[in-house]
Amino acid sequence: MDSALPQRKTVLRHRLPVRLWHWLNALLLYVLFTSGLGIFNAHPRLYWGQYGANYDHAWLVLERFGGWITLPARYDLAMSRHWHLTAAPVFAFALLFYMIWSLLGGHLRRDLAFRRGELAPRHVWQDIKDHARLRFPTGEAALRYNILQKASYVGVIFVALPLVILTGLTMSPGMNAAWPWLVDLFGGRQSARSIHFIAAFALAGFFVVHMLMVLLAGPVEEVRSMISGRKTS
Amino acid sequence: MGAAGPDARDAMAQEFRPDQISPFFRPNGTANPNTPEYKALWRNGFADWRLRGGGLVERPLALSLAQLHAFPHREQITRHDCVEGWSAIGKWRGVALQRILDAARLRDGARYIVFRCADDMGDGRGYYESIDLSDAFHPQTILAFALNDEPLRVANGAPLRLRVERQLGYKHAKYLMGIEALASLEGIGGGKGGYWEDRAGYDWYAGI
Repeated sequence: MDSALPQRKTVLRHRLPVRLWHWLNALLLYVLFTSGLGIFNAHPRLYWGQYGANYDHAWLVLERFGGWITLPARYDLAMSRHWHLTAAPVFAFALLFYMIWSLLGGHLRRDLAFRRGELAPRHVWQDIKDHARLRFPTGEAALRYNILQKASYVGVIFVALPLVILTGLTMSPGMNAAWPWLVDLFGGRQSARSIHFIAAFALAGFFVVHMLMVLLAGPVEEVRSMISGRKTS
Repeated sequence: MGAAGPDARDAMAQEFRPDQISPFFRPNGTANPNTPEYKALWRNGFADWRLRGGGLVERPLALSLAQLHAFPHREQITRHDCVEGWSAIGKWRGVALQRILDAARLRDGARYIVFRCADDMGDGRGYYESIDLSDAFHPQTILAFALNDEPLRVANGAPLRLRVERQLGYKHAKYLMGIEALASLEGIGGGKGGYWEDRAGYDWYAGI
């Protein structure tokens, strides 16, 4: 009977630091995004430059976000700030440790680094077409990240997350006195606040696509592999 | 001072060029205290206004605007960051708080400076704020009587307001009536060191 079944192989897909960081981020990004919208609701206008208040030109003016997506649900700036500022340092140092581990532990080189030929336009285009047709790799190929996956993970870990953390630091007047070069790097505090908002929504966009991909690839198997680390091909 | 350089507590807030000043400096909070006492002071051009300094000091003070003007001035173009998220850049002129505290001579045990204001935010509880001595003696911490080369307008805190440049806007008490040196904040207001700290749970340290 056994020999009639196709050959199944269980492999280690996600190592422990990947899984721990993944679930920690799931929790922290939820807290940071929803409490961040609570803070944004205190002044739902965005500007470019050093200054910006009600009488200055805003590039984006929004209504307040609804209670279904803010933390807490009712408007409470002090409480939103407490949630945000409690989660932020844990989130920032977790990213720092994850980056160091990725670099030293080989995760970056082995799983995320682009390989020869992967960046060739023809290969990238093929991967885009496969995604658009919802044709996902199976078997051995499913055990490696494809080029669009690598690009989005690298973009999140090394661009969007550092950007959201560094612009977040420039919201602090104490930090701005200590590290004035950081707020200058972003073109002023209101520019930094705008970039903080854009980076947060880029991460929210990543989250939506990430959920979609998990659903399409087989949610039970995908979630199980992010918990146990093992994947059966 | 450590070997690595100046203590972060000595860091200076950024200062800006005149061409970077906001076209209009947004007032926030109380736009006019509107109490009979304040209106009387305002009608008289604040000639009868006195800044009272007391608490743990050797020499209690009662300074008129003219006496304040006689101290050496400091001018700074700084960015005001509101806890709500907006920023405005303005040019402030005033007297370093350090000079007032030196004139009053702090006694041993003084740890905080409390600022009493003329406005009550409409709920009967007077606005007040407090800072520690590290911020009180910082060179950019000034009692300002002018904004953008004009005497402070009522909406911006006339006749005198605090500038504590490395903290958020709610620390910058307007309509100053008195300053006190204290050992503890427990007996003042709701005990949390400031109007918004008591009422809404804002952090006492507003440098973040």
